[in-house]
Order: sequence, then C-alpha cells, then structure tokens
Amino acid sequence: MKIAVCVKHVPEGASKIDPATKRLDRSREGALNHFDANAVEEALRLKGDGDTEVVVISMGPEAAGDSLRKALAMGADRALLVSDDAAAGSDLVATSKVLAKALEREGADLALFGQQASDADGAVLWGAVAERLRRPVISQAAELSLAGETVHVKRQTEFGYDVIEAPLPAVVAVSDAINEPRYPSLKGIMGAKKKPSETVTLADLGLDAGDAGDAGSKTEVLALGNPPARGDSRKIEGDADAAQAIVDFLAEKRLV
Amino acid sequence: MSILVFVEHHDDELQKGSLGVLAKAASLGGDVDAVLIGGSVKSLAPKVGAKKVYVVEDASLDPPLPQPRVDVIAQLAPEYDAVFFANSVLAADIAAGLAARLDAGLNWDLVDITNDFVGKRPALQDSVLVDVGWRSTPRLALFRAGSFDAPASGGSTPAVEDVTVELSEHSRAAKVVGQELEQASGPSIEDAEIIVAGGRGLGAPENFTLAEELAKALGGAVGATRAVVDAGWYPYAAQIGQTGKTVSPKLYVALGISGAIQHKVGMQSSNTIVAINKDPNAPIFEFSDLGVVGDVHEIVPKLTELINARK
Ligand SMILES: Cc1cc2nc3c(=O)[nH]c(=O)nc-3n(C[C@H](O)[C@H](O)[C@H](O)COP(=O)(O)OP(=O)(O)OC[C@H]3O[C@@H](n4cnc5c(N)ncnc54)[C@H](O)[C@@H]3O)c2cc1C
Ligand SMILES: Nc1ncnc2c1ncn2[C@@H]1O[C@H](COP(=O)(O)O)[C@@H](O)[C@H]1O
Repeated sequence: MKIAVCVKHVPEGASKIDPATKRLDRSREGALNHFDANAVEEALRLKGDGDTEVVVISMGPEAAGDSLRKALAMGADRALLVSDDAAAGSDLVATSKVLAKALEREGADLALFGQQASDADGAVLWGAVAERLRRPVISQAAELSLAGETVHVKRQTEFGYDVIEAPLPAVVAVSDAINEPRYPSLKGIMGAKKKPSETVTLADLGLDAGDAGDAGSKTEVLALGNPPARGDSRKIEGDADAAQAIVDFLAEKRLV
Repeated sequence: MSILVFVEHHDDELQKGSLGVLAKAASLGGDVDAVLIGGSVKSLAPKVGAKKVYVVEDASLDPPLPQPRVDVIAQLAPEYDAVFFANSVLAADIAAGLAARLDAGLNWDLVDITNDFVGKRPALQDSVLVDVGWRSTPRLALFRAGSFDAPASGGSTPAVEDVTVELSEHSRAAKVVGQELEQASGPSIEDAEIIVAGGRGLGAPENFTLAEELAKALGGAVGATRAVVDAGWYPYAAQIGQTGKTVSPKLYVALGISGAIQHKVGMQSSNTIVAINKDPNAPIFEFSDLGVVGDVHEIVPKLTELINARK
C-alpha cells in the first residue's frame, strides 16, 4: 500500500502580497502548512507498523524542501519536490495539473490533502486533482479508516455529518480536527536527512512550461486594494489586569 | 451576458446562500439561469427566481456528493460566460472539479463582483482586498457565505428544462452510507444576545466549563468552533461558522479561537467582539473590538468572578 500526502510550503507568520508582482511574498522564511501536518499524521497513523509507504509531495520553490524534510522527520518515508521556475504563480487549474501528474507518477492508493493552504485559504485543490486523476474524492474528513480496498470517512457539512465510503484508489482531504500532529523527534530529524528525496522539473513530469505558472493559469490578480476600514479596536497584553480591563470595557459598552 | 447559478437545496429547502448569489447575478444585468440537481427537485423549481431552471432529477443524484454534479454542470457550463456558486462544502468541491474538467479558472471567497466580471476577494486574513479576473470562459466563481441577502420573494416564474446526464465511472464511486443530521433541541444559540464561544485553545473538553461559567455569569449561550466539535469536545448544535450557525449577538466572547475565515463568516456581524488568545498574531484580533493577548486559563476564571461580583 502506498499513501501520498500533498503538502505546501507557506510563508511563516502574517503574510504579505508583493505589490510589484501581485504575488504572495515568498522571500521570507517558510514552513510546512500546519493544516498539512494533520494529513501527514493521518498517513502515519494509517501506516502504523505496517509496510505501507508514505510519500510526501510538494510543488514549490527549492525552499519547500524544508517542509518536506519536516514531514520526513515526522516519519514519512520519501519526498518528491516539483520545483521549476516556470511553475511559479500557478493557479488552481495549473497547480492541479502538476500535482495530478506527480500523483500519477507515484500511483498511490490513497492521496491525502490538508484542510486548506494557510496562505491561499482555497480549500479546493483536492477536487480539481481528483477530477484530473478520475478518482473519487471525499473532503473535510474528521474521521478516516481503511477496510480492505475501501476508505470510510466521516465528515461535516452544513447539515450535520455524512459517512461516505469510496473504493481505492481515492483522494481524501482531512480536517484539522482529525488528529494531533506529532512533533518530530531528534532521531526523526537526524534520520530525515538520509531518507530518499527527489526533485523534479515540469519536463520530468511530461509537462510543458505552458501548462503551469502564469502561462498555465486561468485566473489573475488585477489589483490590490484596502479592505473597508473597521471600527476602533483595542488590544491589551499581559495577564495581570486583563480580567479587570475586560470588565471595564464591557461596562463601558453597557454589556454587564 | 449569461450566468448559470448552481442552486443548492437540502431536503425541500432552497439554500438562502444560493438564492442570494442568484439575486446578485440578476443584478448584473444579463440572462441568469439556474440548475437544480437531486433525487427529487422538480417541485422546487418554481421557487427559483431565474429565467430558466435546469432540473436534473435522478435517484443517483440524491446523495449530496460533488462528482456527479460535476458531470451535470460540465454539460451546461460551456454555453455560459460564468457559473456562480454560493460557497458550501458541496459547492466548493463541485467548482474545483469543474475547473479541472473544463480547464476553467476558479476564483473563490469572493464577496462581490462587477458587471464586467471583476471579482472582489478579501485575502490574507482579510487584510487586503484583491481584484481578481478570469482569462477564459466559463468563469467559475465561489462566493463567500453570507455575501448577499436572499430576496424575500422568488421573482418571476422560470421556464423549466429537464436535463438527463450520463455519469462518469469515477463520479459514481463514492457512496453516502450514513448521515447524522442535526437534531433541533434546546434553545438555539442563534437567538442568544450574548455568546461565549470556545475553541481548541481551551486545551481539553473538560475546560469548556470555563466557557459555560462565563456564559452563565453574562447570561449568555455557549458556542464552539468546528475544530472542537469535530473532535467531539462540544455538540455540533453549538458550532458557529460556515458549516454551523450564523449568529449576530450583542456580545461575542471568543476563548482560544484563532479566527479562521470559516469561523468568521458565522460571527462577524456580532455587535461587539472580545477575543482572548495567547498568540498576539492570531487572526481573530484583526476583527475584535477588544483583543486580549493572554492565557484563557488565567484570565477567564478571574473574569467570571469579577462579573459575578458585580451582581
Ligand atoms: C469547508 C470548511 C468549513 C468550515 N466550517 C467551520 C465552521 O463552521 N466553524 C468553525 O469554527 N470552523 C470551520 N472550519 C474550520 C476553520 O478553518 C478552523 O480550522 C477552525 O475554526 C479552527 O478552530 P479553533 O480556532 O478552535 O482552533 P485553532 O485554529 O487551532 O486555534 C486555537 C487558538 O487557541 C489559541 N490558544 C491556545 N492555547 C491558548 C490558551 N491557553 N489561551 C488562549 N489562547 C490559546 C491559539 O493561539 C490559537 O489561535 C471550516 C473549514 C473548512 C475548510
Ligand atoms: N503547492 C502545493 N504542493 C503540494 N500540495 C499543495 C500545494 N498547494 C496546496 N496543496 C495541498 O492542497 C490543500 C488545499 O490547498 P488550497 O486548496 O490551496 O487551500 C493543502 O492543504 C495541501 O494539502
């Protein structure tokens, strides 16, 4: 059995858009998208002590290797990075094309995604990737189990919970409540450096430069503006008088 | 200009979000058609205020799964300049599948759109408003929950067109094998004037007593985030956000809640928002009237005590 986990390298801390390129400023330190740590953890849980292989896949700049290494340190077996200047600025159509090719190459039984990329908040990519792979997809998984060749998922919608099953190979996106991701151990961190890790280009996946990046994208950012101003907002720090400060605020607003 | 709107329903009810998007589409001045997909939806068609409603009715379309709906809409969409969706768990997965099937651009989380198809999207914790566009048709657009009000009445009676569709093999693979729908029990938090909501920052299910005691002191109800509901810490009926309740109390107190967009859409119209979070960069502070950087375990018991002492 092979499980592939798609993970994104995202800028750490509060994100900014570069006004010149209208793209996310990716010049700062990045980290593994924390929602994807839940997907890695779920793959490791399913693997248990079995001989399942867990492959982590990312499309991004070379620095995305750091996030893949973190996933390896958590316990994944192998990493695949798709890195190509021509892939920068890919939208959903383009990113899904590239990741579908990478997943096709791996031929995993189960492809896992995180709940959302914290820099894009799309929470949509799996739907597009599954369609390109022509595989069943289940999103927002709060519980996941495998029974033979079938994946079972419990997930929340606007109306309550659904239990959905699908035959493998399948694509599943997990919610951030599905588990508590482990922290990599020192041994895991040391071991990660020795695990197989491969970097490929678009051409290696049989894609042209026109399939990805700006050229392969069907949406664009036209302008950046300021959101509507919000009202007064106060912030206080420090625990000592915080409770009293809240009561004073509520009293001022006639809420207590 | 022609726009197709996916109208979502649950049981015999059209979803308000879809009707709001339909009204927005109509206000742009072109022809607006709608598509209704399900096991038995024909009787809902007259309630849809569109020029034409495609009715796609089949027992295999009864479960609320996205992929069969991609098959349906992929057949209709190429005729249109744009296809609009009100965001939901179902709609997001349909829209993304459609984007891949048609190689059509998808912009999400839109709060508005102009009649020359410039979408407005608040991004990066709503700290910037981005104008987004499409380079091909049909333009696929997912609108943030609650962006537009649904009209009071349905408008004109639409023409109804039955559509049949052949489902792809992969679209038929997933099956809904069980459903736990929400039972309406107890007082609804939607009517509460004061809500104290708890998130994962409470640390453990038993710590919800912190929220309960503060709510009691303030005379309010208790709410929760999806993270803690999915984890079984608190019942779904108390969940606030995209897939939970939408509330607008006089006072909303957020304890250990990060302030994700999907939570925000359910509580942003609260009159006064107070947030306690130990992370000074938590997004919730971006839309709080009073933000308190600190530990809920330290602050909340004192706060409850002080409020009780005032009585
Ligand atoms: C399709 C979809 C629908 C969704 N629908 C909803 C919805 O309806 N409602 C909803 O809420 N979410 C929804 N979500 C999930 C949402 O994206 C977030 O994952 C969720 O809201 C996070 O919940 P949280 O704030 O409790 O947890 P977290 O994001 O983990 O935040 C916990 C916060 O607690 C703080 N904290 C930790 N310890 C302490 C302490 N001791 N004192 C003070 N602060 C502390 C941390 O700094 C952190 O900011 C949805 C997501 C998707 C993709
Ligand atoms: N560049 C990427 N490389 C690999 N996986 C990604 C990438 N971008 C997004 N993902 C995956 O898709 C999920 C949803 O992303 P999004 O739809 O962009 O919010 C993330 O949680 C990741 O699992």
